Amino acid sequence: MNIVKKPGLSITNIILFISIGILVIFVAFPVLLILFNAFFGGGTLNVKDIVSVVSNPETYQALLNSVFIASGTTLFSTIVGTFFAWLVTRTDLPFKGFMKIVFLVPFMLPSFIGAIAWKMLLNPRAGYINRFFMDTLGFSDPVFNIYSYLGMMLVETMYLFPFVFIQVSGALERMDPTLEESARISGAGLFTITRKITIPLVLPSVISGALLIMLYSMAHFGTVAVLGMEHGIFNIPTLIYEKIHASAGNFQSIRTATVLASVLIISAACIIWLQRKVLGSGKYQIIGGKSFRPVELKLRGLRYPLLFICLGYIAFTILLPTLTIFLVGGLKTYGLPFTMENLSLANYHFVLFEWQLTKDAIFNSVTLGFAAAVITMFAGVMISYVLVKMKVRGKGILEFLGVLPFSVPGSVIALGVILAWSGKFGINLYNTVWIILVAYIARYMAFSLQANKAALSQVHDSLMEAAQACGATMGQTLKDIVLPLVRPGMLSAFFLIFLPALRELTVSVMLYSPATRTLGVAIYTLNEDGETVYSAALAGIALIIIVLGQLFIKKVLGAKQQ
Amino acid sequence: MSYIKLVDVTKKFGEVIAVNNLNFEIGEGECFSMLGPSGCGKTTTLRMIAGFEDIDDGEIYAGDKTLSSKKRGYYLPPEKRDFGMVFQAFAVWPHLSVYENVAFPLKLKKLKREEIVQRTNDALKHTNLLDAAKKSPADLSGGGKQRVALARALAINPKVMLLDEPLSSLDPHLREEMRFEIKDLQKHYGFAIVYVTHDQSEAMALSDRILVMKLGVVQQIDSPLKVYNEPANKFVFSFIGLSNFLNVSVSDKGIKTKDSGIVSYPKYPIDDALKTQKDIVLASRPSEIGFLSEGGIPGILKRKSFLGEIIDYAVDVNGAEIRIQKGRKEPGPNTGETCHLDFYHPHWYSCND
Ligand SMILES: Nc1ncnc2c1ncn2[C@@H]1O[C@H](COP(=O)(O)OP(=O)(O)O)[C@@H](O)[C@H]1O
Ligand SMILES: [Mg+2]
Repeated sequence: MNIVKKPGLSITNIILFISIGILVIFVAFPVLLILFNAFFGGGTLNVKDIVSVVSNPETYQALLNSVFIASGTTLFSTIVGTFFAWLVTRTDLPFKGFMKIVFLVPFMLPSFIGAIAWKMLLNPRAGYINRFFMDTLGFSDPVFNIYSYLGMMLVETMYLFPFVFIQVSGALERMDPTLEESARISGAGLFTITRKITIPLVLPSVISGALLIMLYSMAHFGTVAVLGMEHGIFNIPTLIYEKIHASAGNFQSIRTATVLASVLIISAACIIWLQRKVLGSGKYQIIGGKSFRPVELKLRGLRYPLLFICLGYIAFTILLPTLTIFLVGGLKTYGLPFTMENLSLANYHFVLFEWQLTKDAIFNSVTLGFAAAVITMFAGVMISYVLVKMKVRGKGILEFLGVLPFSVPGSVIALGVILAWSGKFGINLYNTVWIILVAYIARYMAFSLQANKAALSQVHDSLMEAAQACGATMGQTLKDIVLPLVRPGMLSAFFLIFLPALRELTVSVMLYSPATRTLGVAIYTLNEDGETVYSAALAGIALIIIVLGQLFIKKVLGAKQQ
Repeated sequence: MSYIKLVDVTKKFGEVIAVNNLNFEIGEGECFSMLGPSGCGKTTTLRMIAGFEDIDDGEIYAGDKTLSSKKRGYYLPPEKRDFGMVFQAFAVWPHLSVYENVAFPLKLKKLKREEIVQRTNDALKHTNLLDAAKKSPADLSGGGKQRVALARALAINPKVMLLDEPLSSLDPHLREEMRFEIKDLQKHYGFAIVYVTHDQSEAMALSDRILVMKLGVVQQIDSPLKVYNEPANKFVFSFIGLSNFLNVSVSDKGIKTKDSGIVSYPKYPIDDALKTQKDIVLASRPSEIGFLSEGGIPGILKRKSFLGEIIDYAVDVNGAEIRIQKGRKEPGPNTGETCHLDFYHPHWYSCND
């Protein structure tokens, strides 16, 4: 008889310890350092000290700004996202399929590049749109000042509304259409159904999307950095950036930064908790049924006006800024009119092949993104394996740690790694690419955990037990049964990390040194330094890389599914 | 007196003809079932009556009202048809309480407060939901949810209830119980039922009349007993219960299979029309076949399974498998033996059905 020997507990325990170790070192430790520094910065818990930091007008204003900008952005994005989601799923709007895809495009585009484009268009004095109205149409004042709270809210809305759009259109699509049909047969017209049935039923998805936007916007660096900072408008991440950069290592600045970061951590935790609660309430199980015929609202006379609004929105928020970036990137000097003799590919050639700074930036981003994606993919699959499949004591700790990456915004991570890896604890990575890599791993761990957990929970336990019952060792089971099954999850984790890392700004801008600029940092700093045309050309190249990457993924992952 | 009336109703989805030239009438207070395999167009027919689908040809009437008419380009939307409808997946609203679910259609009718309360409670009472009135329907079991759906549908006291496989999401034992509840509700409220199902026993148990459908075409409309005893064609015969089919050739003297001698069936004469065809199909139920010591149609017993009260025999007759079910006490052949079959109530169908 061949007795199946259970591989010793030690292997399971070792995997668990390594998993816990990774999350502790990369995520928990930096976060704890921030909280410790914020609350016990002076050695003991000193509430008065914290209060004095928070009530400093500068800090206080940044906190208010973050909340204010995030609230406005959330409000606008929720309205825009819900409205478009409803239009493309529930009405007879023409070209719905096309628009469903196009409304997701802003997700791909880095919002700080968008902000740079809008600065070129709506700068009160020099912006092309404002100039057109003043010079050509004879307006005495600029039509819109982008350097304003409203300006920042609107720019963020353009890039963040897909969070709500995806959640709500998904809910509307999956929603059992007979829920609406039974209201209809009960005597309700389409307007009543929308108001009394449809909207209340998708409300949890709306709220969940809105909370995500709130979270993202409060911790968002790019737009405020481009449009607010030089006019004295700071939010939490930009003030952290300012404190770290302006006053290299000064104790009081670090203190302020950690207090601000702690506020972000705590709000993020609250928002995530709230979101899970809203989505988790089983009461709203509205998916089901086999019917595939959702009620389609006949827009009738509004059909073409609404189509026009959608196309106009797409042209104004997606095409116009993208076009502006590419055109400005082709100009000899910023400010010249867009005529044939002023436009050339010279800048593109220069930033791609000649200028060491931009060449290095592209190289840094690609290698950093690749390394972070590979490492995080493997770490993620291991941790997810323990979380989803293994039954060991002490898993609770890992479960707690596993939630952490989801609630730690980029600027917090950057600050955390500075505290952790600047030599205080024996290792000094400051000013090297390694510190950016470490931060990326922490930043993108959540993506990897999410993709891998989803893939692993598709693998039924019995598949592995069957393999083990056939005499396979745990190692063989992993290699021959589990790995092929989780490969799709790992692949999507890789791309979910690689592409965002390519365009990353928030983390690397706090950690870069002149030799370790990333693509995002190069675009941002060139723009700050007034090298507008080079910045735009580099941004144009970034956009091309992102779009090509996205198409490539679609092809690879699409082929995998067949 | 007929209430719902369909005249030449046709519905296409692109190339697919989901319902082809349908004609039938449903009386007031009648329970009318549409029976057929999945995809044959039952739901589509029901949804055309409800008004969720417009029609590509024909007319639908309720009493003296026109509901849909292709010719006149007229179409009354579902919310104006005053029908009750219950869906397969319950479709109760999780954001409203049980009471609010049931009161919803009444509120839309702008009835007086007291009347809404009274009628809602009445519907809840008759569906045994009074205790659950304040609960969320999400906290109820499948049967409970379906009761809420029923209560909501009958709250407005409709003349017609449209039920689309309302029991198929329930556990088997609950299904039978709910059949009787639906019947009781019909007795109390007096509505007509249009009942869609693919389960023939459900249709038999509930209905006054059954319509059997195949690929959008009506095969038979009759009482359950008539459908069972006199299936109009081979398809209906096979759909209504466990069936055996045997190809035989006919002559003046009787019938024969490839291997049998001529067997005559004077008790169940074959239609003259069928007699003109040389080859026809003999159809029979497993309980309507016996074993003879000789004569009849010969075959070899392939399998004998003991199912408790009955024994199930599988006999090979010229390559066709004939199933026979006998009481456990009745004598029968053993596996491998040659046996002689006697068909008590054979039905005859054309080969081309
Ligand atoms: N909205 C639709 N679009 C395209 N085809 C449909 C649609 N609804 C039903 N059909 C087709 O019409 C036929 C009848 O469907 P249905 O009425 O749902 O059948 P049943 O309820 O009897 O199972 C099927 O072939 C089905 O695929
Ligand atoms: Mg159906």
